[in-house]
Amino acid sequence: MATSTDPSAPPDVSGSGQTPLLEVDDLHVEFRTREGVAQAVNGVSYTVDEGETLAVLGESGSGKSVTAQAIMGIIDSPPGFVTGGSVRFRGRDLLSLPESERKSVRGSSIAMIFQDALSALNPVFPVGWQIAEMFRVHRGMSRSAARKQAIELMDRVHIPAARDRVRDYPHQFSGGMRQRIMIATAIALDPAVLIADEPTTALDVTVQAQIMTLLRELQDDSGMGLILITHDLGVVADVADRIAVMYAGRIVEQASVGDIYAAPAHPYTKGLLESIPRVDLKGHDLSAIHGLPPTLTRIPQGCAFHPRCRYAEDVCRVERPPLHEVAPGRTSACHFSEEVLSGAR
Amino acid sequence: MPADIGPAGQNSGDAAPASPTGQPLLEVRDLAKHFPLTSGAVFRRRAGQVQAVDGVSFDLRKGETLGVVGESGCGKSTLAKLLMRLEEPTRGEVRLNGRNIYDLNGKALRALRRNVQMVFQDPYSSLDPRMTVGDIVGEPFDLHPEVVPKSGRRRRVQELLEVVGLNPEHINRYPHQFSGGQRQRIGIARGLALRPEVIICDEPVSALDVSVQAQVMNLLASLQKEFGLSYIFIAHDLSVVRHISDRVAVMYLGKVVEIGSDEQIYEHPAHPYTQALLSAVPVPDPSVRGRRQQIILAGDPPSPADPPSGCRFRTRCWKATEKCAEEEPALITRPGTDHDAACHYAATREDVVVHHG
Ligand SMILES: Nc1ncnc2c1ncn2[C@@H]1O[C@H](COP(=O)(O)OP(=O)(O)O)[C@@H](O)[C@H]1O
Ligand SMILES: Nc1ncnc2c1ncn2[C@@H]1O[C@H](COP(=O)(O)OP(=O)(O)O)[C@@H](O)[C@H]1O
Ligand code: SF4
Ligand SMILES: [Mg+2]
Ligand SMILES: [Mg+2]
Repeated sequence: MATSTDPSAPPDVSGSGQTPLLEVDDLHVEFRTREGVAQAVNGVSYTVDEGETLAVLGESGSGKSVTAQAIMGIIDSPPGFVTGGSVRFRGRDLLSLPESERKSVRGSSIAMIFQDALSALNPVFPVGWQIAEMFRVHRGMSRSAARKQAIELMDRVHIPAARDRVRDYPHQFSGGMRQRIMIATAIALDPAVLIADEPTTALDVTVQAQIMTLLRELQDDSGMGLILITHDLGVVADVADRIAVMYAGRIVEQASVGDIYAAPAHPYTKGLLESIPRVDLKGHDLSAIHGLPPTLTRIPQGCAFHPRCRYAEDVCRVERPPLHEVAPGRTSACHFSEEVLSGAR
Repeated sequence: MPADIGPAGQNSGDAAPASPTGQPLLEVRDLAKHFPLTSGAVFRRRAGQVQAVDGVSFDLRKGETLGVVGESGCGKSTLAKLLMRLEEPTRGEVRLNGRNIYDLNGKALRALRRNVQMVFQDPYSSLDPRMTVGDIVGEPFDLHPEVVPKSGRRRRVQELLEVVGLNPEHINRYPHQFSGGQRQRIGIARGLALRPEVIICDEPVSALDVSVQAQVMNLLASLQKEFGLSYIFIAHDLSVVRHISDRVAVMYLGKVVEIGSDEQIYEHPAHPYTQALLSAVPVPDPSVRGRRQQIILAGDPPSPADPPSGCRFRTRCWKATEKCAEEEPALITRPGTDHDAACHYAATREDVVVHHG
């Protein structure tokens, strides 16, 4: 059984003991809608360090994007409100900063890219102009210097014939090229943290491979911390150092990528991993997780996963399992984590 | 040039897999669909054409699942619509139980419409939000009243809901009251209503989360067993396609570039495009990281309005020579390979394939 007492203060698993680059601590976000209050984020804590890739994994609606929007300070408010917790960048709490200071953090210290590059880019301005704007606004560069920098960046994200294409508009580029342009805009000011929210979900697999290769290359060059939000268990296995698995607005498991895939400690993670088609499962049923994720206006009592969980017992219906350490460097929020991890159950 | 026009499999190891047997249910021969491209706002002039599907041939046997993979824009949905006769072909034919579906009209066309059904990707936009689930699933009976007498319809719809794992008591609910996975089940129940022989699934699980995707895949597999259905299963997720398919066709820019059993395609891919595609799929196992050859293709696929001469893949292919620009490679089995691939230099390559588990 779990021994940790305070679910809001998970043990430090980063191991370094130093201030993490970015630290999300007990974050709460809710949306006050006509149907009720949707508890989108319910005490999320994670950290990312320099040069590290943290994958945030979870099904749609689990609160991955809202957490990222809270970090960036771009939550749609109303109806969305941060109701608790902190987001510290190099030890400084961003949530208590005035908007003007927050703005300067956005882009220059922490930047974000989105799934849908076409709607994130402005359709009426040439792409080069949009990249150059970062330098004009944040760095006060002249138009021509900013334009030169924009072309250099387009080169850096491998847009062919950058000099000729700097005046083209977003719709004149393919999906993959538009994602490169958004990446160029995001890395323009050399941010310390890049949040990539499903950056390849809308792209074909060969283009996805190009974009993931580019992100890795940029990270190797700059040492930025990368928060990769995705629901793709393949992408995670390929690029992540650590994983935080989310369910119904909470982290249910956090561990290094190798540990999680070798032996998950939470029934939800186990269910996810078992539902991927594998060669040796051909001709057999996949082991699906039965049922559906909860409605966020009515999250089940106790463990939010209990209605779908094949390990659930009475305690799960009444007592919320805290995120606690189950092995060095890994945490899980299940009353039976130790048994799940050891395969005893 | 058209060596690829001949019946699929005539040269090849494209033999029927062990379980599905007999005469092909569906024979697709040199099927093509070119869409006119128009320009000018006032006087629409024809300005070329998009070769969305161009010379596709394959067979589908009873009880068999043929997977179709390829990147967006390669013609998968157009192929599906041609097979449903929702589009008329530019050339070629599709024989269902021996009869060309494009020659049918009247009663025979109605029978075709019964016999071949479709399940779409987006369960939301393909269901009318103002109709109840009962109306949606029962609608095909309006067009084919001979299938179930009016008095028995409600019961039949409830049976169908039960078959796909929905609560029959929810017959009066509306689509928005269901989750994505449940809406996909509604679409499947509707597809089953007329007891078709063939169901064409166009990205049926692509919009679903992985745990729900597994539920729908299991459902499709069990329905196939129960009703002896044949599937054309279109998807861009290669592992999903492998799981459900007996044979797989790989498409690039309107053409089938490789076709074979799931084992042939996934374990011994012979076409460079298939090899690149397989190598790009991330393997959900961190312990194989860096252990496989990743082929990163340069650039984007060319426009189907202006496809490259010869082999359509040559502009992105690392093996391409003069010959590839001049001569279109036939979809045949070449020495050293055991299935059909449309590449002059087709050669099995296994270093792109890595398993996990
Ligand atoms: N603008 C909004 N208005 C109301 N509710 C929202 C809004 N954005 C997000 N939510 C709620 O937050 C939940 C989590 O959303 P999100 O973080 O986007 O999930 P995901 O894990 O798919 O990224 C959603 O299910 C929804 O209930
Ligand atoms: N009705 C149409 N008119 C013109 N072009 C079309 C039409 N439908 C599809 N196309 C074009 O045909 C090509 C193949 O499209 P599609 O069959 O939808 O591909 P896929 O389903 O593989 O993504 C694309 O270039 C697409 O733009
Ligand atoms: S706490 Fe209980 S219900 Fe929740 S995951 Fe663990 S066993 Fe399942
Ligand atoms: Mg999201
Ligand atoms: Mg399509």
